[in-house]
Amino acid sequence: MAEHNHSSSTEGGGGSSFGRSGERSGGAGRGRRDDKGGRRGGFRRRRVCKFCVEKIDVISYKDVRLLTAYIPERGKIQPRRLSGTCAAHQRKLQTAIKRARQLALIPYLTD
Amino acid sequence: MSAARQYELVYIVSPVATDQEVADLHTQIETIAGKFAGTLEKTESWGRRKLAYEIGPHREGTYVLETLNGPAEMMKEMDRRLKVSDKILRHLVVRVDEETRIADRKKAERQAAAAARRAARGEPEPVEAPAEAVVADAAGDDAMSEGEV
Repeated sequence: MAEHNHSSSTEGGGGSSFGRSGERSGGAGRGRRDDKGGRRGGFRRRRVCKFCVEKIDVISYKDVRLLTAYIPERGKIQPRRLSGTCAAHQRKLQTAIKRARQLALIPYLTD
Repeated sequence: MSAARQYELVYIVSPVATDQEVADLHTQIETIAGKFAGTLEKTESWGRRKLAYEIGPHREGTYVLETLNGPAEMMKEMDRRLKVSDKILRHLVVRVDEETRIADRKKAERQAAAAARRAARGEPEPVEAPAEAVVADAAGDDAMSEGEV
């Protein structure tokens, strides 16, 4: 039980700056981290909301190319903590993706 | 009182339907709009597209987008008709006028804010602004954002 807690805490901290030390200590934890999205190695966290920077006010369900940037392989909507989108734009993005799914422009899930 | 609403209607026609049938559906929508004193602003045909997942036995469909102005009753009737039609695989109605209004307002606010900033800095209007000033400005912005990252 205690061990489990420990490993999950390193996993959370290992997201950014503790990466180096985490790699050393946890050989087993590494595998788990990989199947959790594989956000290791070189992927820099984006801090700014793309829609704010590019001043996109309307996120349309018709813009499939824009939306696919926010749906990783599995077909789920990418969380804010990974994409860096601001809350207001994430909400709009969410409705746009859900509408696009209804129209079979975007899959509900992919295996 | 009832201000004109704008709607977007997208429907997916079955791939087995002929071009004539697709055209018929379009005229049907036009007549419904006419009945409710609505107008058809524009029609956009996306053509045959692969579906992201199968809908019944189909793997592709013909997409048509219509932008309409009219009352809610018009869309209610259209929605009902589209549901009944067996040639339509899927359809989606979205009201867009409020969204576009908000977006336009935001854009205007942003432009006003930018103009105010320029005025505060004593810079000329962007139309008359010399090219080098704009470039220098952009470079400064870049440097700042890099510093933040």
